[in-house]
Amino acid sequence: MYKIEAKNLNALFQMIAADQELYLPVRSGGQVNFAYWHKDAEVDLETLNSVKSPKDAFFPQSENLYTVKRDAGRMSIEPEELKNQKFVIFGIRPCDVKGVEVLDRVFLVDPLDTYYAARREHGTIVSMACSEPEETCFCKVFGIDCGEPAGDVAVWKVGDEFYWKPVTGKGEALTAKVVSLFDEADETKVEAQKEAVRKIADRLPYSNLSLDGWDGGALEEKFDSILWEELHKPCLACGTCTFVCPTCQCYDIKDYDTGSGVQRYRCWDSCMYSDFTMMAHGNNRTTQMQRFRQRFMHKLVYFPANNDGMYSCVGCGRCVAKCPVSLNIVKVVKAFQDRGGDQ
Amino acid sequence: MSGCTCNKEHRQDTLIPQIGIITDIRQETPDVKTFRVDAPGGGKLFEHLPGQCAMVCVPGVSEGMFSITSSPTNREFQEFSIKQCGILTDYLHSMEAGSEIMVRGPYGNHFPVETELKGRNLLFIAGGIGLAPLRSVINYVIDNRGNYGTIDIVYGSRSADDLVQLKEIQDVWMKTEGVNVHLTVDQEQEGWNGNVGFVPTYLKELGFSNDKTALVCGPPIMIKFVLAALTEMGFGKDQVYTTLELRMKCGVGKCGRCNIGSKYVCKDGPVFRCDEVDELPDEY
Repeated sequence: MYKIEAKNLNALFQMIAADQELYLPVRSGGQVNFAYWHKDAEVDLETLNSVKSPKDAFFPQSENLYTVKRDAGRMSIEPEELKNQKFVIFGIRPCDVKGVEVLDRVFLVDPLDTYYAARREHGTIVSMACSEPEETCFCKVFGIDCGEPAGDVAVWKVGDEFYWKPVTGKGEALTAKVVSLFDEADETKVEAQKEAVRKIADRLPYSNLSLDGWDGGALEEKFDSILWEELHKPCLACGTCTFVCPTCQCYDIKDYDTGSGVQRYRCWDSCMYSDFTMMAHGNNRTTQMQRFRQRFMHKLVYFPANNDGMYSCVGCGRCVAKCPVSLNIVKVVKAFQDRGGDQ
Repeated sequence: MSGCTCNKEHRQDTLIPQIGIITDIRQETPDVKTFRVDAPGGGKLFEHLPGQCAMVCVPGVSEGMFSITSSPTNREFQEFSIKQCGILTDYLHSMEAGSEIMVRGPYGNHFPVETELKGRNLLFIAGGIGLAPLRSVINYVIDNRGNYGTIDIVYGSRSADDLVQLKEIQDVWMKTEGVNVHLTVDQEQEGWNGNVGFVPTYLKELGFSNDKTALVCGPPIMIKFVLAALTEMGFGKDQVYTTLELRMKCGVGKCGRCNIGSKYVCKDGPVFRCDEVDELPDEY
């Protein structure tokens, strides 16, 4: 394990960014979001959650897939070049790292999504443990230890020092490049902080949320529950929850006419929208209740059924904080928990 | 498969299509056309199995999932029978032979022609454009006639003018030994001497024995009543196959649109046995 003083972080960023892109939480326009580092960027490692999740480092909000060109009436297809440059994503929280693992289960299974896979291959994840989880956090419910993040390198902020621990081969390689800025360190302070943060996590209001009964086997019972009708009522179908979510991966494929050809791109989409499932011959989810139910059934029942019990929620709390009508996955789980016999 | 004529150079992301040439367009009914598609240098774009689908794309318009209606035993080209009912299909219907389109696939599972269906007596039940996916199986079975028992085809549509692939039905299917074709139309019309009545009713009148495996495809309302009729006739749920159709964008189980329960229709379907359909949430 190594350490670096907070005042030397800028030198670290500069060294990392010397030959590759560095993507990290930056404050801009009153919001913190992941953005590319530059020397004047206002890096913010204090804010717990970026407004948008950092999933777009691997699964951009929109990306070109290929371009169709026309020449003398004949079409040709030019696939978009895949990511071929290394980059580092720094300061990604334990819940969001788990979110990447969830996305891997979607995009890295056969048939491989080559666009996503190229970014994963070229990206090195430097995660940052939490020291002060917030009241909206419930990562513990999904088995995530916010004191011990996954990733290629794990970082802990203790006082004015940042502790750095390479975890994977990629992490070792990155460490080798910047080790001249580090001092050797023992793990005493980090271990003490892990213990402290685990105690905080235990006391968070949502940490006692129970996922008992949310597994693939309970599909029919959950699907047919009368609770959905009541729960969905305030939903505005704005889709905010899906856009800030680190695991939502639904996408649309669209065309942009450039005048000389057509760019086919994909962009994030939302199962909350009424046209999401609409076809020329009809729509299989015509009501907001059905769309609302789909989102939570997918995260808590369908996805785990296909992925060895892994839920497609990581408890980051963004939907809890951002939903304009305070509707979220916590309310759903609680309703089923409290009124299990009333389904 | 041996003797593959598909375009070997195509190996990249599954979302990237190939260019295909529409080499023939047949007007089947007032609103259904069958498009023959070849690779630019001739031959098929890819190999497929009966029941599989492909994304047909017109750049700048849209792309949509269509069942491949030709049989894999057709070594030369692939066909799509497409009903005019939306933005993309309107555009496709305005295209002419010689035009380029883009196609990606094949996607999804297929009817188990080499396993569960082998050696069985088969009962095909189709309504309207629902014949498109079944036609692939029917021609496959006819071309491998020795591997299957009796073949019964019950096919109905709104009117005699709306029967798809009528020429092939009359010239090939009706003339193949051991194949019985039973046509029906919804309403009486001049020049029609065949049966009049809805498919589920006609099915019960024909009264098939339950020693068959049924393959059903058509509008949802027809499927619903056909399944009820088959149950009444003593068919078990595991003797009946159908296809589901939901909105799709990617075709590979990632974009989320066709998710139903823990299944993705594009990847785990479109072919489902009816006992599998029963396990899905009622949202299709």
